[in-house]
Amino acid sequence: MIDNQIIATVVVHLFTAIIQLAFWSKTITQRILSIAGCIIGFIFSIILFTNVFNGSILTMNAANWEAPFGIVFVADLLSSTFVLLTSIAALAVSIFSAVGIGKARMHYGYFPMFHFLIMGLNGAFLTGDIFNLYVWFEVIIIASFVLLTLGGRKAQLEGAVKYMALNILASTFFLTGIGIIYGITGTLNMADLSLKIPLVQDQNIVNLTAIFFMIGFGIKSAVFPLYFWLPSSYHTPPSAVAAIFGGLLTKAGLYALFRVFTLIFIPNEFIKTVLVGLAIMTILTGVFGAIIRNNMRHLFSYLIVCHIGFIVGGLGLYTKVAFMGAIFYLIHDIMVKTNLFLISGLIRKLRGTMNMSKLGGLYAEYPKISLLIAVVLFSLVGIPPLSGFWPKIYLFEASFAGKSYLFLASLIIASFITLYVIAKLWAEVFWKEASTDEIVADSFQPLSRFKKTLLILPIGILACTSLFIGLYAEFIIQVANRISNEMLDPSPYIKAVLGK
Amino acid sequence: MLFTVLSGLITSGLFIPFGKYFRTKWGAVIAILPILLFCYLLQFIPVISTGITLYESYEWVPSLHINFDLRLDGLSLLFSLLITGIGSLIFIYASSYLKGHSYLDRFYGYLCLFMASMLGIVLSDNIILLFVFWELTSISSFFLIGFNNDHADSRKSAITALSVTGLGGFFLLAGLILMGSIAGTYSIGQLIESASIIKNHELYPIVLGLVFIGAFTKSAQFPFHFWLPDAMKAPTPVSAYLHSATMVKAGIFLLARFTPILGGTSAWSYTLMIVGGFTMIYAALHSLFRTDLKAVLAYSTISALGILTFLIGIGTQEALIAAITFTVVHALYKATLFLTTGIIDHETETRDLSKLSGLRKVLFPVFIAGTLAALSSAGMPLLFGFISKDLIYEATLHSEQHLALYLTIAAVLTNVCLVAAGFMAGIKPFLGNLPQQYEKVHLPDQSMWIPPLILALLGLAFGLFPAVAGYFIVSPAVTSMSAETVNAHLQVWHGFNTVLLLSLVTLALGSILFLYNKPDSRKLTLLVPLNKVSPQNITKKLFKKFVNFSAWYTNIMHNGFLRSYLLKIIIFAEALLAYELFIGGSIYIDYTQLSPISIYEAVNVLILIAAVGLTVTTSSRLTAVVGTSAIGYAICLMFVYYSAPDLAMTQFTIDTLTVVLFVFVLFNLPSFINQANNKIIIRDSIVAITFGTLLSIIAIKVLQVPTDITISEFYGQFAYTLAKGKNVVNVILVDFRGLDTMFEIVVLSIAALGVYSLIRLKLKSSEKD
Repeated sequence: MIDNQIIATVVVHLFTAIIQLAFWSKTITQRILSIAGCIIGFIFSIILFTNVFNGSILTMNAANWEAPFGIVFVADLLSSTFVLLTSIAALAVSIFSAVGIGKARMHYGYFPMFHFLIMGLNGAFLTGDIFNLYVWFEVIIIASFVLLTLGGRKAQLEGAVKYMALNILASTFFLTGIGIIYGITGTLNMADLSLKIPLVQDQNIVNLTAIFFMIGFGIKSAVFPLYFWLPSSYHTPPSAVAAIFGGLLTKAGLYALFRVFTLIFIPNEFIKTVLVGLAIMTILTGVFGAIIRNNMRHLFSYLIVCHIGFIVGGLGLYTKVAFMGAIFYLIHDIMVKTNLFLISGLIRKLRGTMNMSKLGGLYAEYPKISLLIAVVLFSLVGIPPLSGFWPKIYLFEASFAGKSYLFLASLIIASFITLYVIAKLWAEVFWKEASTDEIVADSFQPLSRFKKTLLILPIGILACTSLFIGLYAEFIIQVANRISNEMLDPSPYIKAVLGK
Repeated sequence: MLFTVLSGLITSGLFIPFGKYFRTKWGAVIAILPILLFCYLLQFIPVISTGITLYESYEWVPSLHINFDLRLDGLSLLFSLLITGIGSLIFIYASSYLKGHSYLDRFYGYLCLFMASMLGIVLSDNIILLFVFWELTSISSFFLIGFNNDHADSRKSAITALSVTGLGGFFLLAGLILMGSIAGTYSIGQLIESASIIKNHELYPIVLGLVFIGAFTKSAQFPFHFWLPDAMKAPTPVSAYLHSATMVKAGIFLLARFTPILGGTSAWSYTLMIVGGFTMIYAALHSLFRTDLKAVLAYSTISALGILTFLIGIGTQEALIAAITFTVVHALYKATLFLTTGIIDHETETRDLSKLSGLRKVLFPVFIAGTLAALSSAGMPLLFGFISKDLIYEATLHSEQHLALYLTIAAVLTNVCLVAAGFMAGIKPFLGNLPQQYEKVHLPDQSMWIPPLILALLGLAFGLFPAVAGYFIVSPAVTSMSAETVNAHLQVWHGFNTVLLLSLVTLALGSILFLYNKPDSRKLTLLVPLNKVSPQNITKKLFKKFVNFSAWYTNIMHNGFLRSYLLKIIIFAEALLAYELFIGGSIYIDYTQLSPISIYEAVNVLILIAAVGLTVTTSSRLTAVVGTSAIGYAICLMFVYYSAPDLAMTQFTIDTLTVVLFVFVLFNLPSFINQANNKIIIRDSIVAITFGTLLSIIAIKVLQVPTDITISEFYGQFAYTLAKGKNVVNVILVDFRGLDTMFEIVVLSIAALGVYSLIRLKLKSSEKD
């Protein structure tokens, strides 16, 4: 079904950003515009999600050139779920930014960059054209690079250089893959590729191309041994930026992996084995990193790496149950990881540091905020019945069914270490008495009530979403079920795009 | 039933907003909840004792077959009565014990959460639902152990307990899921029906192993037992409730629940007998060396849990009857002993057995309660403990012929130690002369000493009328673990037989042991050599090794050098591509398809190679930049030869611009430091040449594939007619794929803005985010 509103979530953020450029140094106007833009984007994404969930796959031909000749936008359930999650995360971060980001950064284009980034993410999730996906990734990289460097501190620049270099490398792999794929099929439309790739006589070249995509997106998803940019850069920018990065950047890579490896390249045994192997190593790498870190954001960065392994493993096992686990985990992960970085930002406001050994006493001083944070932490750990628990059932079941006992073992180790580090974090940051030798002014207490709300509200929004995911798991499972069906049988997608 | 479970969860949730009203003496009001639940559950006794099982079901996550399926049978009724009954007394006791504590509301919040979760475990008819509550008990236990969270060792113990039970939990989850996928159901009722399928499945040993790890960690079996003595950092009512009477029995409950599903095989029996048997002896011996009252109780609890595991392992009907009876007996006397310990600790501020004596003069009702409990634990006739000891000996004597002797010896040995441990905890502090410093000790509020007295008297009542307990509580519980209806005839008098003799011998030996085993803190030093090989220390060391390894690994992988990251990524890519090329078979190149090489092209390629050589060998940055620009121009020339003048023009412009910018930037860079040595140069050149070779091979392979030109033909055909443009490339850029161009323009704009901000904004580290 052709429906032009699917691009609305891209357009909203594009125009928000452009209008904000017109109010370059008017920080209050920019904040209002940003929150308003995010709310409108959120509404559009809900409409999109409902339309796709209740109806069928929607498409839009850019400039009205029919697929496969022009660029096509496709909203299937996978895309529209990602768009919806992005909108929720964006709304939360936008509200948090209103107080959490310093004026100086706002003066130098923080908000427009933020909206360009969200626009890029939505575009990447919605496009049905492989080269257009590359363009969206360019938007994402450059916008995130600017957000990462904005402020120009030495640590920021150092992290940003690594981020940029490795991501450009990823794009190079991706682009090489696109070049080859265009060379052997003569098309860039993903649905068309899905039909033409199996017809290529030399499947060896197809598999080689798949490797280019795997490495390109693997770098973006921060999979072992390609993850280096993530722990190098995520602890450097302001928390609001780190939140949007932590929640969404790697997930764009994962989205692309899922899209490409279910629609275009149906992986052979070799690629599946590689994916599961990488997943196991990714999980362990995250575990090893998480257990030795003492700074909250370093810790969270490694936890991101660790849990990416869960999702990649789900893809590698390549069964419906595994897909359901991976998709459910993705949905849960975007909400929780975004929130974790907002929380670290809030804690920094409260105590002036993110170093766990210097923190303490939050439970005594801010019991309600602490309990709110506890909900998020427990969701992360997967304490049943919270959101991180449900996907594990599917992942465990899938690894038994696929006889991937090593993957299962790594899941158990990762779950345990996550539990351990979070318990340690709770004990250090919330239980332990506040350290007395180094008193940093609480920059939260003097804020007005309104500003306090603006900092807490987004954490609350995301925590409630996590709670919803956990307690109404049935709904999420239905969504995951439909997405998995879409991924295992791309024919409705192809039919929606090409009409055949 | 649903409300039974949810009421506690809701109450604990309500404590968040309304907690402040319960910090005062009103806290005790909350005890109404467990009391009401207890009374509500009592009314089911007549129905359940006829062998009926009640079911309730509410939809939750039907797609996963995880629903609020609840069942009330003998086993769950027994446990839920223990949970709510002892819970009521604990709630009342705690209101005085923690009087004036500023976080009393939090305490009750956790306690309600715990009670609800524990009820959830025993009432679930769905193994995943059971697991949900299982984990919630671990969490509430974490908060309760760490309740005094300004003490570092409280926090540490809480983490240890959560880690051990949490790790076990994940294994259990895996086991439950595997069991569910073998049987195709998560419902306990249906699992019992498919028991034979599960037992005959090839993965049965794995299921068993995973479930066992879950049960053993929770119920503190060797070698996972060490978290329990640590958990005694919790306030005493918590130790009494969670870490003795109820939560630690969750593992036992699980084994009991799964007896009809997984039980009966030799793997089941032998594992449980060995682990349980070893645990019970090991912990009973350990308890004798302790001088801290709570440590004595902790180890005797572990030993009791071992006995239960051991009995379930024996698995005969007699053994199951003994296990169930002992569960009740132990809950009654051990909770009493913890509560009296709590009173002693509260009033004298010490728990050191070598200092405490003569307290009967000042704490008389507590003395009565303690003595009754200790005697019950010792198996003194006319107390409930006597009945259970009889049953245990009967079970071991009547087990398989070749084992009976060994099992009985183990049971007697354990019980002898436990008699002494019980006397130490329940009687020792009250005997002898009252030291001067305790003369002013007075009886606490009655809400503290009545609860243990009630529990102790219950032990006496059941001891006098065991048949009542046997008919209403034990028989239905055992029935729900077995295939047929069981009638447990509990009686005080069995006649003169071996069992009676063993009981009396145990009592006598235990008393002698008690008299000769004077509490002395020096005894602990005897255990020091053993500490090296204790599971706790081994775990600690392994964990430390793990952390060290983690640090080593992380620093190797993520060493801070961009060049090393690039190297790893490229090598990884090479490995994958080379492998795929290798299994793809021989590479065949059809030269007839390739166009002939002209002299211009050849020269161009030579220039290109020379430029690459210059770029990588020079030590000057400027020369390197010139080299790369030469490479760029050479590529542009290629475009010219292959009739793509538009592209060539673009590339020329960009290359020129890049060189100019580069030269500007180079001025500001610090001077170049060459860190490469020969080894690195050789390694890097091998990697680089391999990568180049692989890409070339792939490129040549791609050329062999016939191209589908439908889309390019469409562009050529319709560029003018439909898109009104004569230059196809331009039409593609601005119309057919205009969107790409538009957003590439956005990318450029973002980059421009970014450069501007980067130059202008330089935050200092002191400024805020």
